[in-house]
Amino acid sequence: MGRIVGLEGSFAVAEAVRMVNADVIAAYPITPQTHIVERLAEMIADGELDAEFICVESEHSAMSACVGASAAGARVFTCSAGQGLELMHEVLYIPSSMRLPVVAVAANRALSAPLSVWCDHSDAMSLRDIGWIQMFAENNQQAFDLTVCAYRMAEEVLFPAMVHIDGFFISHVIEDMELPAEDEVRDFVPDYEHPFVLDPDKPVSMGCYAPPFIYPETKKAQEVAFEATKSKILATWDEFGRAFGRYYSPVELYRMEDARIALLVMGSFSETAMLAIDEMRDAGEAVGLIRLRLWRPFPFAELRAAVKDIELLVVLDRAISFGMGGPVCSEVRSALYNLADRIPIISFIGGLGGRDISIAEFKYMIKRAQERVKEAGMEGAEMPEMIGIRE
Amino acid sequence: MSEDDMMPGWKDLKPGFVVTEPGSASSYKTGDWRSERPVRDNVRCIKCGICYIYCPEGCISETEDGYFDADLYYCKGCGICAHECPRGVITMEEEK
Repeated sequence: MGRIVGLEGSFAVAEAVRMVNADVIAAYPITPQTHIVERLAEMIADGELDAEFICVESEHSAMSACVGASAAGARVFTCSAGQGLELMHEVLYIPSSMRLPVVAVAANRALSAPLSVWCDHSDAMSLRDIGWIQMFAENNQQAFDLTVCAYRMAEEVLFPAMVHIDGFFISHVIEDMELPAEDEVRDFVPDYEHPFVLDPDKPVSMGCYAPPFIYPETKKAQEVAFEATKSKILATWDEFGRAFGRYYSPVELYRMEDARIALLVMGSFSETAMLAIDEMRDAGEAVGLIRLRLWRPFPFAELRAAVKDIELLVVLDRAISFGMGGPVCSEVRSALYNLADRIPIISFIGGLGGRDISIAEFKYMIKRAQERVKEAGMEGAEMPEMIGIRE
Repeated sequence: MSEDDMMPGWKDLKPGFVVTEPGSASSYKTGDWRSERPVRDNVRCIKCGICYIYCPEGCISETEDGYFDADLYYCKGCGICAHECPRGVITMEEEK
């Protein structure tokens, strides 16, 4: 049986990694991820987790060590944030191309310059094309649950998986949550065997040289296999729900029944956004919230279903693509562009570098979006607006 | 059957493009990169084997009569053997 505990988000992730009995942890400390690996190092030192902790000299090496250990069949873990993820970036494409089920947690952090250790999604947005399964948690319970699910998904489909947790908003906040019993988690994430491990008795070559005559075929195979992960992701969440009572889906809806306007967010801001939606609902406005849980593979069908009856979609991005706008909004727009009845999609950018967004500001975004569409129709939806900026 | 038909399709590949046949790189023909081929003058060659030592491709081997020949399936035509030959008996001739 599980028990209710008060736990910091970072420690919740460390508990998940301990309960799935990871074999190798390679990580380099960086705020706001540090508490995760500190706690794991402590668990190993205290004999609570039988794993190899590799102290590396950089995030580039951390992911390289994870690739090597995973290729040898180990269950591995690493985590990073902000600049650390950027330094790791080159190696992140390797496990996805080599089909190694590495699991990582990103405690999302703004990118320099200027230097900021606080949360936004700039680091996550630079990882869109790395070929990993990517999910966004919105609280500590989800940080734990999604990390456990990440192992199950990754090992079933042989692709790496990353759980994004908002730096500080999740990593450093203590919340009450349910910690399942260890044997229940172990049952849910059983031992696995990679079909092609590094083994002197059965030699294989990984990460081979691929001249133009074969490289495109490798990418086609990777894309087809990655698209096919979707059904396993859904099955994992379904089974997790039946085992632990908490159900997840790629696109999660909040008060969307009869909604005419929807706000779409990713990560921890959805908790504040829900309060804003409640207040607007109490005032009689037909608004709802869409929380994008699964970021890769992108949930096209679920998103289209979620917006089929609404008239206006408001998307909040916690990152900026310079000269382009909000990256989440641009993907949402591309997912909905081919619909017969297109709706205006208004883009807001906020919460950069750890700036809070208040309930009032969420309500402002929804109101302002309506005004813009009223003033200029579809053209009014063209440009993103940064909120909470002083003149 | 064209060369394209003999190439593996994407469905033929193992997950992650894992290669399960050890040493399969030896079937990769690097000889078609070559624009010049090494040609040896047997009369002046002293069979010292310097070309064999310096070949970066490792494609030169000793023949039964003690000379050293490049395997043109692999020889990339870099010309290092010709450059290093102490007797200057190897010349690089343009591939036609």
